[in-house]
Amino acid sequence: MALDSKVPQGPLKDKWTDYKNHINLVNPANKRHIDVIVVGTGLAGGSASATLAELGYNVKAFAYQDSPRRAHSIAAQGGINAAKNYQGDGDSTYRLFYDTVKGGDYRSREANVYRLAEVSANIIDQCVAQGVPFARDYGGLLDNRSFGGVLVSRTFYAKGQTGQQLLLGAYSAMNRQIARGKIEMFNRHEMLDVVIVDGKARGIIARNLVTGEIERHSAHAVVIASGGYGNVYFLSTNAMGSNVTAGWKVHKKGAYFANPCYTQIHPTCIPRSGDYQSKLTLMSESLRNDGRIWVPKHLKDVEAIKAGTLKPTQLTEEDRDYYLERRYPAFGNLVPRDVASRAAKERCDAGYGVNATGEAVYLDFAASFVRYGKEQAKIHGITNPSEAKIKELGQEIVRAKYGNLFQMYEKIVDENPYETPMMIYPAVHYTMGGVWVDYNLMTTIPGCYAIGEANFSDHGANRLGASALMQGLADGYFVLPYTIGDYLADDIRTGKIPTDTPEFEAAEKEVKERIDFFINNKGTHSVDYYHKKLGKIMWEECGMSRNAAGLKQAIEDISALRKDFWQNVIVPGTDTEYNEQLAKAGRVADFLELGELFAKDALVREESAGGHFREEHQTEDGEAKRMKEFQFVSAWEYKGEPKDAVLHKEALEYENIEVKERSYK
Amino acid sequence: MNLTLKIWRQKDANSKGQMTDYQISDVSDHMSFLEMMDVLNEQIINKGEEPVAFDHDCREGICGMCSMYINGEAHGPDRGVTTCQLHMRMFKDGDTITIEPWKAAAFPVIKDLVVDRSAFDRIQHAGGYISVNTSGNTQDANSIPIAKQAADTAMDAATCIGCGACVATCKNSSAMLFVGAKVSQYALLPQGQVEAADRVKNMVAQMDLEGFGNCTNTGACEVECPKGISLDNIARMNRELMKASI
Repeated sequence: MALDSKVPQGPLKDKWTDYKNHINLVNPANKRHIDVIVVGTGLAGGSASATLAELGYNVKAFAYQDSPRRAHSIAAQGGINAAKNYQGDGDSTYRLFYDTVKGGDYRSREANVYRLAEVSANIIDQCVAQGVPFARDYGGLLDNRSFGGVLVSRTFYAKGQTGQQLLLGAYSAMNRQIARGKIEMFNRHEMLDVVIVDGKARGIIARNLVTGEIERHSAHAVVIASGGYGNVYFLSTNAMGSNVTAGWKVHKKGAYFANPCYTQIHPTCIPRSGDYQSKLTLMSESLRNDGRIWVPKHLKDVEAIKAGTLKPTQLTEEDRDYYLERRYPAFGNLVPRDVASRAAKERCDAGYGVNATGEAVYLDFAASFVRYGKEQAKIHGITNPSEAKIKELGQEIVRAKYGNLFQMYEKIVDENPYETPMMIYPAVHYTMGGVWVDYNLMTTIPGCYAIGEANFSDHGANRLGASALMQGLADGYFVLPYTIGDYLADDIRTGKIPTDTPEFEAAEKEVKERIDFFINNKGTHSVDYYHKKLGKIMWEECGMSRNAAGLKQAIEDISALRKDFWQNVIVPGTDTEYNEQLAKAGRVADFLELGELFAKDALVREESAGGHFREEHQTEDGEAKRMKEFQFVSAWEYKGEPKDAVLHKEALEYENIEVKERSYK
Repeated sequence: MNLTLKIWRQKDANSKGQMTDYQISDVSDHMSFLEMMDVLNEQIINKGEEPVAFDHDCREGICGMCSMYINGEAHGPDRGVTTCQLHMRMFKDGDTITIEPWKAAAFPVIKDLVVDRSAFDRIQHAGGYISVNTSGNTQDANSIPIAKQAADTAMDAATCIGCGACVATCKNSSAMLFVGAKVSQYALLPQGQVEAADRVKNMVAQMDLEGFGNCTNTGACEVECPKGISLDNIARMNRELMKASI
């Protein structure tokens, strides 16, 4: 099948408007007879469910958590971008579009990104109307801050809990529709397969995680909004339950999977402490607005710090290496995430890491305390303030901005970040790759859509900070509700989709067989044993830098591990009760397939772009080297084993932006 | 450190539960409480037995999923944290730790330490929203200035994570801190004014219907709340309810 991105004709800035003016609509009376399934209730799935229900469709929404409010969008901290230009610093739709395409290292689809930038401003209006308490200035107007990879302040925020507030906004919109009966909510349910009838997605097989019951659910369209697959690394900033299963199941039924190797390793996370570690905690990128990143300039100081004979606060300015400011004077501490992560790895690989594992750099707020403190002293008319007073005043401002993050750090690390610099190290955070979708956000299965982090479309090879929330809500509130109507317009006479058909029968049988296998296999190793092993392979060979030999090894190792898993995994308990191990086994089985495709994709992509860094392809000073011949989307077709997957290429054309060397110097 | 754990085991909602003892050794100070539970479960699985079921997801204190009653306190002995952020450095070698599920009539046990908190969702369905369509055709976000103090106080109320620690802590199993927080968030913002009266009446009615108790001002909920939601929110809810009733 040839890939058709279905990008509308016409000038970039008119595409979306013209498109909306010419698509098919479903009249309100007919919407009542159309059902839509939404899998996942984070920002993308939650906002889509609410909007589709408001429009009149009957929505069935599924979440593995006990409430839609707990989806992992809730953990997003720093903010959401929107081209409002409230600060008057020259922002515009075009600039947001430009920054996003450049930030993605010219590996995203122009028309999709422009549409995203175009609807971004509306998201803020919508959220304020819903009662989302964004931060405001003393005049009562909305405040902004800066994020990496841009030169304007366009990020709206609610303390360090922006994702939480936006998700609670979407959740409240869902609640209104649940109360009206327009959304039927299935909490503690997991989708285990998609059902295809006459070539169209017509339903899902789901498991009730409390009773273990296998259920058939039909609909006229299925929307996958199940988030990213960062947990393929075992350790990531994702929630423990985050998984690729919904996306992988549709892939196995015909949806192409795009750019699996594009993964974001976030530069500011709390370093790991031991083998028992279950997850990594992010420290918002917004901290880089006010924190400066450094390591000691001399190895002897590194040793002294590790030995405990020297404190970081004792090192003078001359003995510190603010390596981001040194290497990238124009963007400094606010370079994009991929650049900041690689720079930290470079210093730590050279032996400058400051903790016991040698995998940590400092994020230091001392300079901000002084800067804010002096400003506050002036505002409050304090003449000749002491250094202690300045620090105290400055700390107050920092506490107001990032208090919850500082508290979180202190609870985890047991050090007070107001008194000593934070220690940070990169960790897996977000996956730019995902299910391939066209301009309509439809996958290569008719009637099956993918939105939010689950799809691949908008961030190219690297996502800029504060853009995930923007994309999730743009897809759910403002894009999918239009594009899906164009497809559903053909379904007004279809009537309810029956579930007592051979297609549902077959899908259910497959699901049950797999569950029976897990329950009856008397193996020797737990699910986590395999998940940790997979994570180790992924981090070592498919992490911040990759090379051909390592990737080939990873493919072999993952394939062998998968074989071992299917022989020796043990799942305690039964299938007719709450059984977390059983749910996990299914998720890890899918990660074991995805992981291999991931490595294969990384091997084929012989260039460095964004989060994908191939050691063979770098400039003399160690920067990523993009290759013109790889200016395409890799879309993989399932053919059985991951090694048999077939590559389809979607060429990327840039008509409105000049493809340049991506420089932040 | 080496610890003795006394954990509530209950097969399902209809079975009777009991406390079961476990020994665990070599626990590191740096482990989170849930990481310690992971290690325990790995031991149990390797013995061929069923691991302890508990709710957890984000493990960074924001999703509100984790919910353990540890040594008689919701989320354990530390302040301002959820169970996933509680670290083993709060305990010492030789300690015996008692771990129970949230105990409240409105939160029935599903299995072991997992409880059903859907009553909270149903209270939100009754009025926890502003009736505005998500069409994007709303006015510009900056057209209504909101005083910084009002916005900040609304934000403080909105940080509630819906974990249920307030209910588990309260001797009356009252949900008033949870409901008060949501009512307050909207009561403090101009957007929420139009429906304020109906909202508070409907949410409180649903709260009563779910079988949560009343508030007797002991203030325990505020102490145990991992997000520091203030008792002021209960007072504000009562004022809103009074206003709505006259």
